[in-house]
Amino acid sequence: MTKKLHQLSIKEIHQGLEKKEFTVQELIEHLLKRIDKYNPDLNIFLTINPNAIKHAQEIDKQIAKEGITKPLQGIPIAIKDNFLTKDLVTTASSKLLKRYLPQYESTVTQKLRDAGAIIIGKTNMDAWAHGSSTETSDFGSTLNPWDKGRLPGGSSGGSTAAVAAELVPVAMGTETAGSVRQPAAWCGVVGFKPTYGRVSRYGCIAMASSTDSPGPIARNVHDAALVTSVIAGQDKYDATTSPLPVKKYHTQLNRQDLKGVKVGLVKEYLIDGMDKQVKKLVLDAAEHLKSLGAQVDEVSLLDPKYSISVYTILQRAEVSSNLARFDGVRYAQDRQSFSEEAKRRIMLGTYTLSAGYRDAYYKKALAVRTKIVNEFDQVFKKYDLILGAVSPTPALKKGASAKNPLFGEMQDVLVEPSSIAGLTSISLPCGFVDKMPIAIQLTAKQFNESTVFSVADVYQQTTDFQQFPDLK
Amino acid sequence: MTKKKQVPIIGFEIHVELSTQSKMFCSCPADHFAKEPNTQTCPVCLGLPGALPIPNQKAIEDTVMIGLAFHSEINQETKFDRKHYFYPDLSKSYQISQYDQPICHGGYVTLDSGKKIRLTRIHLEEDTGKLQHRSLNGEAVSLVDFNRSGVPLVEFVSEPDLSNSIEVKEFLKKIRRTVRALGVSNADMEKGSMRLEANISIGDPDNLPDYKVEIKNVNSFRYICNAIDYELKRQQKLLDQGEKLTQETRGWNQEKKETFSQRIKEESADYRYFPEPDIPPISISNDLVEDIKKNLPQLPQEKIDQLTKLGIEKRFADHIADNPAHVNLVVALADQKDIDINKLANYIVNGKINPDQSTDQVKKLYLALTDLGITDTKIIEKAVDTVIKKNQKAVSDYQAGNQNTLGFLIGQVMQETQGKANPQSISKVLLVKLKNSQ
Repeated sequence: MTKKLHQLSIKEIHQGLEKKEFTVQELIEHLLKRIDKYNPDLNIFLTINPNAIKHAQEIDKQIAKEGITKPLQGIPIAIKDNFLTKDLVTTASSKLLKRYLPQYESTVTQKLRDAGAIIIGKTNMDAWAHGSSTETSDFGSTLNPWDKGRLPGGSSGGSTAAVAAELVPVAMGTETAGSVRQPAAWCGVVGFKPTYGRVSRYGCIAMASSTDSPGPIARNVHDAALVTSVIAGQDKYDATTSPLPVKKYHTQLNRQDLKGVKVGLVKEYLIDGMDKQVKKLVLDAAEHLKSLGAQVDEVSLLDPKYSISVYTILQRAEVSSNLARFDGVRYAQDRQSFSEEAKRRIMLGTYTLSAGYRDAYYKKALAVRTKIVNEFDQVFKKYDLILGAVSPTPALKKGASAKNPLFGEMQDVLVEPSSIAGLTSISLPCGFVDKMPIAIQLTAKQFNESTVFSVADVYQQTTDFQQFPDLK
Repeated sequence: MTKKKQVPIIGFEIHVELSTQSKMFCSCPADHFAKEPNTQTCPVCLGLPGALPIPNQKAIEDTVMIGLAFHSEINQETKFDRKHYFYPDLSKSYQISQYDQPICHGGYVTLDSGKKIRLTRIHLEEDTGKLQHRSLNGEAVSLVDFNRSGVPLVEFVSEPDLSNSIEVKEFLKKIRRTVRALGVSNADMEKGSMRLEANISIGDPDNLPDYKVEIKNVNSFRYICNAIDYELKRQQKLLDQGEKLTQETRGWNQEKKETFSQRIKEESADYRYFPEPDIPPISISNDLVEDIKKNLPQLPQEKIDQLTKLGIEKRFADHIADNPAHVNLVVALADQKDIDINKLANYIVNGKINPDQSTDQVKKLYLALTDLGITDTKIIEKAVDTVIKKNQKAVSDYQAGNQNTLGFLIGQVMQETQGKANPQSISKVLLVKLKNSQ
């Protein structure tokens, strides 16, 4: 075997386990050793599961007895620290919850556990998911495994860095607007955002309830599709989940080419201020899709700058409401424990919802949101997918977020419109600028996860941009 | 100077807890009365991070039913909204309520005079937890019990159409009676499953005054009426003195029989309402509304009409109509030849017969109360003679001045006649015989 244990995808781990090339325990021990080695530097994990090895031993016994019977049996997974886990402290990277041991388990992590996955630990993030850098974490920023002088992006930066640093094959993140796709782009891994309502939010510490979407981060499209088919589906604990049946997305990756696929390249998304080399890589990706048989046309959508306004207003309003429960009476910490960014968002949200301002801000934002949704609907009448860059630049240097309170919004300008519209989208590597990974995103209309996965898979199979940094 | 119109203007906000099996947004039991604190809670009603509300369909249907009973329009498109304020008993620091698309809008209550008291809206929300202020290890503490958190609560908002406490009492009784008849709430003031807030001012109903006094936390119809009477006098006096009244919340002190200021409201609270993003908007189909309409139980007014048609006086019918089970009982016994139904109603209303028993038991009680028994003196005399013969000791005791034995002897005669004799006749005969045999 030429590959090391930490370089294996889910499929390869299962193949190795079946051939008895290694045990789950060996795999977990290998990854824990790697975490021991790199985590102090990269600051990816906030908590390591002390029972991971015990859990691995149990699964080894199961596999010895019955073979592999579950889709994620023995697969190590890292979980963003805003999913409640009953046996592991869950902080959302805020001091306010620094000792919070949840009383119940999130639907997503329960489904992952039921599918046989081993939670190896909880990952760093922007506190309360407020940010696109992990720099707002109360427990220090995560560093980008490609270049420790740079940011991993966020808010799911810990989870994307964990996969990029090959500390786990897969991880869970959450998106409110780009919080999976943007750090996946900066860390050079696959990041998937399901349709809003496709994956349950139950037990996930809410940021902006009307756009929060849990999504997987993986080494390849297949693994992201597999994890999605495990975590998706209607949940009796989340009234916003869809009753539509869930497909086995990973078994539908059988396209050889892209004949008949229509892709829209949004001209407004090739924004001013976008890195020229990034722009070139996106256009190259368009050419590549064409060469695979896809039809790629330039299309027009509302300038994404309007999405920033809409998203900022709606999200701050929901944040101010969702964080109100941390009122100082419970959770052992008073409201002073909120960091600057959370306080800023609470203030802004409270303001925009106040009498006399609600019509000017909140209501107007809702109206523009409807317009954005309608525009997408028009485009998706003619096109299967929309192609664009995920981030206008490669990963930025440390400290970049501190100077600009709207840093996240500027970074997320290209991912916010699709989040506001609740669409499904994937971020996947499309090349390198300054030795840093760059990514495209492919976005489809609601509940068209299959299209996103199958086209992304062809793209990935026919390119070699999915690489991993040499950590030394 | 033309004199400004000065009449009492009274409106109400009434909260009624629904008696559904489970809470409004989770599966915890809704019946919280006298339960061990914090034993009926879950992540949802505790407002834990990540927990999400699932609306209770039965509560929505009950609210539609209430709306139909009060002639409201049912909104086909309804939704929940978040109402924000900080209070320790409010687990999420917002209450899930309804803002601009309540389940029911409009509607009215008709008073016996024919006057209609308009309802603005009837909406559905969740109840809060409960604070308990007590001493723990010598320290004054406030404890929170979340058993009530998330219990379905229906709020009625009336227009300020009421003019005095007599109308108020009738209005409140009609609301309570109707929700009870629908079987959706116990509407029990003492247990807090019905709560009142009266808004009282004096001025011109066509041009509402710029203040209103809110009276809260009064737990009986009688006390709220007392409070309203007092408050109207207080306000009138101040107005007569040329003083300006302020917007405030007042409580009622039953011992002193006066209202007292609790909180001066400087401006209206800003609850920062916005649509609850965790619950998609809800469509109430015509089919559902029709279905609920079809299965609407008989309403109190219809019951009163039915009872009066049976020959029951309105004052009794009014009372009996409060309890659907009692109505059924009276109706079931109405066609029995040996029952005067108005008399039975009288017995029930005046507490001579407990109506919470089977119809057979009630009938027996009625017959016992009305049966004069044997009054034939000959038969009674014979029985009395036998008893006197058998109970010489008791007879001599009585004659020696022990009055208590009289009751014993009457009982013996009753027994002798298998309980069929009229007690008054027995006593009459017995007294004569005891005197004669002395």
